Amino acid sequence: MSAILAGDPLLSHGIDFEVVLIVIAKTVVVFALLLVLVMFYIWFMRKVIADMQNRIGPNNAGPWGILQTLADGIKFFFKEQSIPDTADRTVFRLAPYLSVVPAFLAFSIVPIGGKVSILGHQTYLQLADPPIGVLFLLMMSGIGLYGVMLAGWASGSKYPLLGSVRASAQLLSYEAAFGLSVVAVLLHAGTLSTRGIANAQAWTSWHSFVTDWYWSIAIVSFVIFVIAAIAETDHPPFDLVEAEQELVGGFHTEYTGIRFAIFFLAGFMNVITMSAIAVTLFLGGPSGPALGFLPKTGVVNVWLMPIFWFFSKLMVLLFGTVWIRASLPRLRYDQLMDLGWKWLIELAFLAVMVTAVVVVARDQGWERWIAVPAAFGGAILVLGLLRLCMPKADEAVSEVA
Amino acid sequence: MGMAKGFGVTWRQMFRPRLTTEYPDAKRPKPERFHGRHVLNRYEDGMEKCIGCELCAGVCPAKCIYVRGADNPPDAPVSPGERYGFVYEINYLRCIHCDLCVEACPTEAITETKLFEFSFTNREDAIYTKAELLVDDDGRARRQPWELWMGDEDDHTSAWMRATSPSGDAEFEGRIAWSNELGFGERPAEPAQGPKASPDA
Repeated sequence: MSAILAGDPLLSHGIDFEVVLIVIAKTVVVFALLLVLVMFYIWFMRKVIADMQNRIGPNNAGPWGILQTLADGIKFFFKEQSIPDTADRTVFRLAPYLSVVPAFLAFSIVPIGGKVSILGHQTYLQLADPPIGVLFLLMMSGIGLYGVMLAGWASGSKYPLLGSVRASAQLLSYEAAFGLSVVAVLLHAGTLSTRGIANAQAWTSWHSFVTDWYWSIAIVSFVIFVIAAIAETDHPPFDLVEAEQELVGGFHTEYTGIRFAIFFLAGFMNVITMSAIAVTLFLGGPSGPALGFLPKTGVVNVWLMPIFWFFSKLMVLLFGTVWIRASLPRLRYDQLMDLGWKWLIELAFLAVMVTAVVVVARDQGWERWIAVPAAFGGAILVLGLLRLCMPKADEAVSEVA
Repeated sequence: MGMAKGFGVTWRQMFRPRLTTEYPDAKRPKPERFHGRHVLNRYEDGMEKCIGCELCAGVCPAKCIYVRGADNPPDAPVSPGERYGFVYEINYLRCIHCDLCVEACPTEAITETKLFEFSFTNREDAIYTKAELLVDDDGRARRQPWELWMGDEDDHTSAWMRATSPSGDAEFEGRIAWSNELGFGERPAEPAQGPKASPDA
């Protein structure tokens, strides 16, 4: 039992009523936090895109239109929910929840703050810290696909089916690169636990930004992670799943009312979770400089500063997603497949190998200035060979003919 | 690096002025010759201008105007002269705002305002009768409950006719040749058009 729960010191001294209470409180807070974040993110996205298009964006509901998402959500609750005649009714109803539950669960492993003391119990500000942390994330993003798949299949209609087929193909293509880009971080940190990874990037001084945080050490993996995460969340420019010019709405074409809203909720939650995971894996999670003029063990430095740093980094990444949404046109299907299979997976593989060499060189005390360039050189050589072996476009055509 | 260029474009746009007009709180100025809903004008003494000749109904391409004339009661005449518009109805579900009725009218009784924002909740509201079309004693259009206008949007009920010379001769362009309409709407004529009227030519 303790091996599974491990991590969090809250659970290491037996479980009593107070511990259960704390866990329940944390669950409620994380649940509410994620919903509020989604609300905020949708509003933020609409505002920023409006800015980028010289518009004003939502500005009537609440101050600066910040309650617009709430108004939309309430509207969805009161709209009619229709089910097509050809639909598989049970699965059709089930699909939105298959999509939203993993989206909620995935966020539970994200460390959003430091180690604090509640009611005399030491605990991490994160809902769960399983030793399999990152694998749990991969599991959840894989399960989330079932919602999309089954929604498309159960709709009994062609566009949803096409959308869900695309979704599964896309997720399959990018899951590999996604997993491999995470491996580089795991090799550096030597643990799967998200808390462990965040601790490995702890703030020591200003140079931690470059020397301890993995975005610079594993820059190739970071770039691959960002691209693959965007693709996994069906975020533009990888939103072929719901390309409205081709598929009406993709898998959610037949969905109305609150079920439709749940799909959207899940989609945006996935974007937020992926950004939060990127913060954890590559940007040091909640680590950052404390306020030196306040006591080191005071409320501000123990509670607030880590949370502040986490959300600051999250905001930067979320702004990045919105910027991408506003700037890049959707990929063609063959471009999507090319990028995934011909570039990202190879690069991710090589990045893992280079990382392995770097980590071994570090541990064994090899000469860094020889081992690292040698690893990079070898990787580039292998990549060149691989690309030489690839059939050119015209060759592939002639073989078919 | 076309991608970076794209990101640059969106970034730059964030700091440029917004083009949005916050309708309906703010409205953009309407064109000089805007065709909105009609009004039936009166003379300064309060007499109606309409003489019930039905020329507007005859010229209407959408067949949306229904007029019936009647003899003026001798003791309480509605319009100067023999006849007056006894019934006058315009169906705004049909009207295409072509302004032909305004051009056809011999007494300049019907003109178009710049008001166009009405949202009826039933078809009967869409048929404006004399009660809705006739201007008030001060010469202003009557506000209907389903119409949205603010400020001085009901000014200038005669934009189109005022901008044109009644004879159609360009020599007359720029002259305000409008019979004594009530109250307001008096404004400078449009700048002259065409070579004849231009001072340089």
